[in-house]
Amino acid sequence: MSLFKNSMLALVAGGLAAGLLAFAEPSFQEADAAVSNPTKLQSVSAFAKIKNKNERAVALFTEAGKVIQSPRCMNCHPATERPTQTDRMRPHIPLVVRGEGGVGAAGGLACATCHHENNFDAANVPGNPKWALAPIEMAWQGKTLGQICTQIKDKERNGGKDMAALVKHMAEDELVGWGWHPGGNRTPAPGTQKQFGELIKAWADAGAACPKG
Amino acid sequence: MTVHDTKLSRRTLLKGSAGLVLGAYVARADKLFAQAAAKPSINIAPNTFLIIKPDNTVTVLCKGIEFGQGPFTGMATLVAEELDADWAQMRADHAPSNPQLYKNLAFGMQGTGGSTAIANSYIQMRQVGAAARQMLVAAAADAWQVPAGEITVDNGVIKHASGHEGRFGEFADKAMAMPVPADPKLKDPSQFRLIGKEGVVKRLDSADKTNGKAFYTLDINEPDMLTVVVARSPKFGGKVASFDATAAKAVAGVVDVKQVSNGVAVYAKGFWPAKMGRDALKITWDDSKAEKRGSAELLQQFRGLSKTAGKLVKAEGKFEESMAKGGRVIEVEYVFPYLAHAAMEPLNAYLKWDGDTAYARYGCQFPTPDHMAISKVLGLPIEKVKIDVLLAGGSFGRRAQQSTHQAIELAEVAKAIGPGKPVKLVWTREDDMRGGYYRPYCIHRMRGAVRDGKIEAWSDTIVSQSIMKGSFFESMMFKDGLDPTSYEGSNEIPYDVENFRCDMHQVDVGVPVLWWRSVGHTHTGYVVEAFVDELLEAAGKDPIEGRLALLSKKPRHAGALKAVAELADWKNYKVPAGRARGVAVVESFNTFVAQVVELSMTDDGPKVHKVWCAVDCGVAVNPDIIRAQMEGGIGFGLGHILYAEQTLDAGAPVSGNFDTYRSLRINEMPEIEVVIVKSTEKPSGVGEPGVPPLGPAVANALAKLGVGRPRQLPIVPGASA
Amino acid sequence: MAAFTLKINGQARQVDVDPNTPLLWAIRDGAGLTGTKYGCGVAQCGACTVYVDGQTVRSCSMPVSAIGTSEITTIEGLDSKEAKAVQAAWVALDVPQCGYCQSGQVMSATALLSVNPTPTDNDIDLAMNGNICRCATYVRIRAAIHGAAKSLEG
Repeated sequence: MSLFKNSMLALVAGGLAAGLLAFAEPSFQEADAAVSNPTKLQSVSAFAKIKNKNERAVALFTEAGKVIQSPRCMNCHPATERPTQTDRMRPHIPLVVRGEGGVGAAGGLACATCHHENNFDAANVPGNPKWALAPIEMAWQGKTLGQICTQIKDKERNGGKDMAALVKHMAEDELVGWGWHPGGNRTPAPGTQKQFGELIKAWADAGAACPKG
Repeated sequence: MTVHDTKLSRRTLLKGSAGLVLGAYVARADKLFAQAAAKPSINIAPNTFLIIKPDNTVTVLCKGIEFGQGPFTGMATLVAEELDADWAQMRADHAPSNPQLYKNLAFGMQGTGGSTAIANSYIQMRQVGAAARQMLVAAAADAWQVPAGEITVDNGVIKHASGHEGRFGEFADKAMAMPVPADPKLKDPSQFRLIGKEGVVKRLDSADKTNGKAFYTLDINEPDMLTVVVARSPKFGGKVASFDATAAKAVAGVVDVKQVSNGVAVYAKGFWPAKMGRDALKITWDDSKAEKRGSAELLQQFRGLSKTAGKLVKAEGKFEESMAKGGRVIEVEYVFPYLAHAAMEPLNAYLKWDGDTAYARYGCQFPTPDHMAISKVLGLPIEKVKIDVLLAGGSFGRRAQQSTHQAIELAEVAKAIGPGKPVKLVWTREDDMRGGYYRPYCIHRMRGAVRDGKIEAWSDTIVSQSIMKGSFFESMMFKDGLDPTSYEGSNEIPYDVENFRCDMHQVDVGVPVLWWRSVGHTHTGYVVEAFVDELLEAAGKDPIEGRLALLSKKPRHAGALKAVAELADWKNYKVPAGRARGVAVVESFNTFVAQVVELSMTDDGPKVHKVWCAVDCGVAVNPDIIRAQMEGGIGFGLGHILYAEQTLDAGAPVSGNFDTYRSLRINEMPEIEVVIVKSTEKPSGVGEPGVPPLGPAVANALAKLGVGRPRQLPIVPGASA
Repeated sequence: MAAFTLKINGQARQVDVDPNTPLLWAIRDGAGLTGTKYGCGVAQCGACTVYVDGQTVRSCSMPVSAIGTSEITTIEGLDSKEAKAVQAAWVALDVPQCGYCQSGQVMSATALLSVNPTPTDNDIDLAMNGNICRCATYVRIRAAIHGAAKSLEG
């Protein structure tokens, strides 16, 4: 994610003078979710064989996590004020920030400066009527799936949603749904929103236990 | 971007005779452009350079193209100074293509480059102004029946003690018809009221460039005009094997599709249908002769070569013997990527051809070769072709086309569709970015030895493509089979080092390359200044004191360095915690620029907070434009050193737009302070020389910070991956 | 092709273009207003900045079919007091070099000052970093925005 870290790796790979190696790498967390990104989701029935309810819930959420941790979702749940972009999850260029309501800085680069109602492939710009950054309390980047899971269930950090509202949000929200129809050369989130919604519902029904760690 | 041999160009200028540099080419051009006989070698006829209207405005026709570097304002300043005009009455426009009248005196042909605009016009345009003044005074004297010697001109007002008073407009017709004085008297610099003065001259083009009125090639929209986009081979050297235009022709607004030598041209009513039509083309490319190597393969080849001795460019003393004596021996490699110019306005051009005459309008940087190319493709005599030069949205070297590839393509697309159909050829950003003509990919392998606190040995082995090979410049400019633009700055370092060598491998790669703002100095400046800094560090010397001690024969380098040291308060300044400073000084195009950079590190690479800059460009004509060019050069240099590279995937350029070819943005721009070194030397250029010192100053600051000097550029790669 | 009536700078203008045509080309080739520039076509450079119902928009990033009855303002139609202050400051400091990006810069700077009359350097970074200037006139852009803000105070 950190361009500079990549650069240092490239430099090292290039076989360079020792002075450079002495430089401490920046401590930015790499989120490599994008790399292992299978395109499909297993259906809820595939988890029926797990008898222990908590274990089943964990397995279901882990499967749903393929969506949650896809670049399509993670990019707009940054841990800083700045979203990331592309499958590589690099910092969004130009520099944009969350701003009030998650729609960008006042007076300048609002999301709506470039992102509109629909994807516009002619300009390679994605869009959605609800295009915005998740609030900072919903930040996912740099967190483990277990941490994200705990956070998602926490009304303080999920926009005040109870489990029913949360399931509905995942299954039906149109901005969430954009993740499967991102346009351009963006890799869609795995599976379908319907499958994802079913996994989340089954997870909730199984008691909504979270993966460890 | 073309006068690379500074000695040669300086000599040409000093002799004041054109044509030395590009002799044979220009002779051919002269012949083609005919009527050469009666023309003086330096044209100072006011009626060819000035349009003085009844409203008293004086429009200066600028020989060179205005793409931001300020020649409109510069030429007008030189004329207005000697004309004793009021600055408010001055205007500027481009001179049309006519090498007899408007040649660049440094080139012998009409063209802009090599930071020569002011340098080659300083005397000439003042003479134009002085001649015009003398002629206007003579006309007034005649009208008023008073002795010319009693007439004064001040701020655009012609006066005589008898009470007569007039302005330029009323005498212009009569004056311009008079014989041109052979050697009009020029002011002594002590009398200057515009040249070198602060605050009296404002850019002539600022207002129109702030309200949308400035007119560029892309803005041409003539009746019946067709917009043309061309599908070119994704790999350099690929040819069209076959194509199917059925779907393209079905796109509403597409008028026709034709093959041209460079690809397949789609003609449409407007840009968008043309682009959609192109997207719908099905083309099979013949890649049998295309360059298919990727960046990694080039690196391997270049690196391998850099470890062997190349063709000797220059040697002094006994380098290998000195190295063998040991001491602190340092060997480092520097790798420089291909760089696109990526001017804000992608390439484009307009041409109207009726079968008998052709009229081109565009941001043409090399009118003379382009003029010849268009006439050749269309089979027209030179006098039947006319080129009007328009403002261009930047160039950085990209529009100075020795290959005349754009002019050829322009004429070909006009020819292919037939006479009577005006065409506007438009390159998309992706076409421009992936279209080649890059700053060459190159490697420098530096070796040096320090003993007893002294730099004893220095060598630089360069591996690079040639910029000029295969062009009309080759026969004139090559030395011993090598392209001097690849080693300029490396072959003669300003520092006293007893044992020195510079050698070069000139490598052929099927990627077209071109000069890129400050040409060879973009990389030679980096390696020389980073390496001297590294050796001085090894010798335990202060970067500035150490350099000054080695600059005994280079007073102007030393002067710039001292000026920047003073500006940056090098000795007493307290560098904030977490930051470091670095310095570099580079001469390019006879201009000497020293810069001090202050930076820190962030997760996303270096953050440059401030740059102090000292520039010695001889007599400063327009101080504020000099400052602007230093600011712009610093930003341009910084953006590329930090972020930019064009990589090749199996021969095909990867980056197509600013999302992957990262450009400097305002949040990455440092604060800048510029001081202009007072000088009475001849004025030299400022368009390019601000660029070279920035990179090594950054590298040297990074070393001071403990990061080390980046050996492979850009410093923050990855945008293009 | 389809006919659209665009309200540009208070005037209705007919353009006959493909519905998927970026607004930029409808403005330039369709309506013949050329102050709005093409620089990248992918919302990276900001040269094509216009206002759509007052919102700063990259006109390359939006199809003409999405405009509907929205009011479009281009550089030619700028006439607010903020715009005049920005343009005066730009000229006073001789900001432009090649000038090609400057319509977009002026549009963005004007939008910033309309919302935030006293922007900090950070505000300027956030508002203006979407506008690339390859000549790197950024030092002067920043100074001119501060200058314009100051002139508006009075």
